[in-house]
Amino acid sequence: MAQEKIRVLVAKPGLDGHDRGAKVIARALRDAGMEVIYTGLRQTPEQIAEAALQEDVDVVGLSILSGAHRHLFPRVVEALRRKGLGDVLVIGGGIIPTEDVPELKRQGIAELFGPGTPTAKVVEFIRKMVGAERESGRDVEP
Amino acid sequence: MTAWTEGPVKKTLAKFAEQKEDFRLTSGEPVHRLYTPVDLADQDYLEDLGFPGEYPFTRGVQPTMYRGRFWTMRQYAGFGSAEETNARFKYLREHGQTGLSVAFDLPTQIGYDSDHPLAEGEVGKVGVAIDTLADLETLFAGIPLDKVSTSMTINAPASTLLAMYQAVGRKQGVPSRALNGTVQNDILKEYAARGTYIFPPGPSMRLVTDIFAYCAREMPDWNTISISGYHIREAGATAVQEVAFTLANGIAYVQAAVEAGLEVDSFGPRLSFFFNSHLDFLEEVAKFRAARRLWARIMRGRFGAKNPRSWMLRFHTQTAGVTLTAQQPDNNIIRVAWQAMAAVLGGTQSLHTNSRDEALALPSEDSVRIALRTQQLIAHESGVAETIDPLAGSYYVETLTDRIEAEARHYIERIDAMGGAPAAIERGFIQSEIHDSAYRYQREIESGDRVIVGVNKFQVEEEGPRELLRVDPEVAERQRAKLARIKAARDGGAVDRALGALEGAARGRDNVMPHILEAVEAYATLGEINDILRKVFGEYHASTAL
Repeated sequence: MAQEKIRVLVAKPGLDGHDRGAKVIARALRDAGMEVIYTGLRQTPEQIAEAALQEDVDVVGLSILSGAHRHLFPRVVEALRRKGLGDVLVIGGGIIPTEDVPELKRQGIAELFGPGTPTAKVVEFIRKMVGAERESGRDVEP
Repeated sequence: MTAWTEGPVKKTLAKFAEQKEDFRLTSGEPVHRLYTPVDLADQDYLEDLGFPGEYPFTRGVQPTMYRGRFWTMRQYAGFGSAEETNARFKYLREHGQTGLSVAFDLPTQIGYDSDHPLAEGEVGKVGVAIDTLADLETLFAGIPLDKVSTSMTINAPASTLLAMYQAVGRKQGVPSRALNGTVQNDILKEYAARGTYIFPPGPSMRLVTDIFAYCAREMPDWNTISISGYHIREAGATAVQEVAFTLANGIAYVQAAVEAGLEVDSFGPRLSFFFNSHLDFLEEVAKFRAARRLWARIMRGRFGAKNPRSWMLRFHTQTAGVTLTAQQPDNNIIRVAWQAMAAVLGGTQSLHTNSRDEALALPSEDSVRIALRTQQLIAHESGVAETIDPLAGSYYVETLTDRIEAEARHYIERIDAMGGAPAAIERGFIQSEIHDSAYRYQREIESGDRVIVGVNKFQVEEEGPRELLRVDPEVAERQRAKLARIKAARDGGAVDRALGALEGAARGRDNVMPHILEAVEAYATLGEINDILRKVFGEYHASTAL
């Protein structure tokens, strides 16, 4: 039984234009066999949630280097919930001080990947989380 | 050479293998075991190196270089409100910094006021928030503009910030002719690598050339552009790509200005550059020398510039932010030190050294002081600044210099064939070359082919975070309140008249700068001014192709 590919939306919320990390991750996820869609720069939380809905993704990966993560990451989670996408796995990366991590996790970001994280670690995390959900019966292709 | 390779080398290799089968630079180029005069057989001293202060400037742009004066020590700084950044500027000046460099927050960089919905969460974060002239007055309070040179990292709304700076000068009684500094104003690299664009390329280029023309008349000592490889490198380019894409952008600006009717020597001497200093020490030294020589040849050969000052590539350098690690952050002090040393050995005119904590947050006061001290140690204690271009004649450095120039020239030819840098950017060529290099670099780290100390080798259990700089969350609120006060106090009629005149100029062919100055002096906001330009020019949206 062939399982559908994991679909990931890589998004840049806020005004920050540095997308090297986002694009490197996007390419690594694609090389690992996932379907990857990139939103481009300067997306509002609502735009990201709408793209997640349209593209029917399993995962939303957010990247911010400007320090606006505490403000914007939770808003993306909220916007996804409002669209009924509360099950979508949300992960984040960028320049995120360790002390901000517990609060972001409490607000629904499943994991945060700081600078120096090997892309393999992100791939493994997504496979584990999305795979576990699929085994529990959700989203499994007939 | 063969006798050596076949004899002693072979014998040694039989006993001890070398550490790798294949030694490579960050650009992917092979590094040979040894370089000898054979590698330099084609180099002609006078033609290719010459003397410092003379064409082709390979050995430096001034005849005495640092023996006369050190490079400008210019730490990029800005966060929170104008008051806080003003205090940081004064702190840096007290510690011996010799030039100012302003970091603006993202809303300012994209032409939004602090009360714009898209500014939420971003006000004062990566730089200082500037909404009106009043903020810039506060930023430079107590700092006489005739006594400092100021670099402003601003691109899409460069015209607005330049006008504000000029207006602050007037308020301080400093005539525009006496103002000294640089406005980055390099929009092409925004599309290619950094992402803080507003308008489409065509009108953006017109704003750039309006600034060239305006400054040639009004601000003759001002550097009208800083053509920036820094961000191209941070986005993942190799050393060769950094030189190639930066100079290709430089060619596009010169071409645009010539097509707008300017004479090349009227603006050529005011062009300046901005490069990155990365990890591969000797390749970086060679890169600066190669860039200088290639630009001299382009300006003299291709554009027929007559003034030797138009041939000179003068540049600011920043150490490579992307090489800093969140792991074992004190190691970053050492990385920055040799990157800074490479910039000095490469003949930079101005230098920013990164702080050890920048992979975690904005630099704290302690960290930025160590970064500045790094420059002072190189200047005063290392001795490398006492003679000019001391690595010249090294078989390896000269070979690298020749190779980087040749490969960058090859790239420029490919870009020319596509119709120049703007066309190459529009079709995504430059972005995809940069992205490929970024991905290759990441793969090398993950496979262990490239060692990053503390990241993929010599890891330790990390301690908790040290004291990091936090931007006061109240900044945004205070900034919005200040903006509201100024809007209430100003003469609304004067603002409307100035903005109307600006719209007329933008729709026609008049230089927009005098109108922007008038608007700024009436306390029109950065957002209002750039909304007029958005209305006339439209907005740019980049491709989301991966």
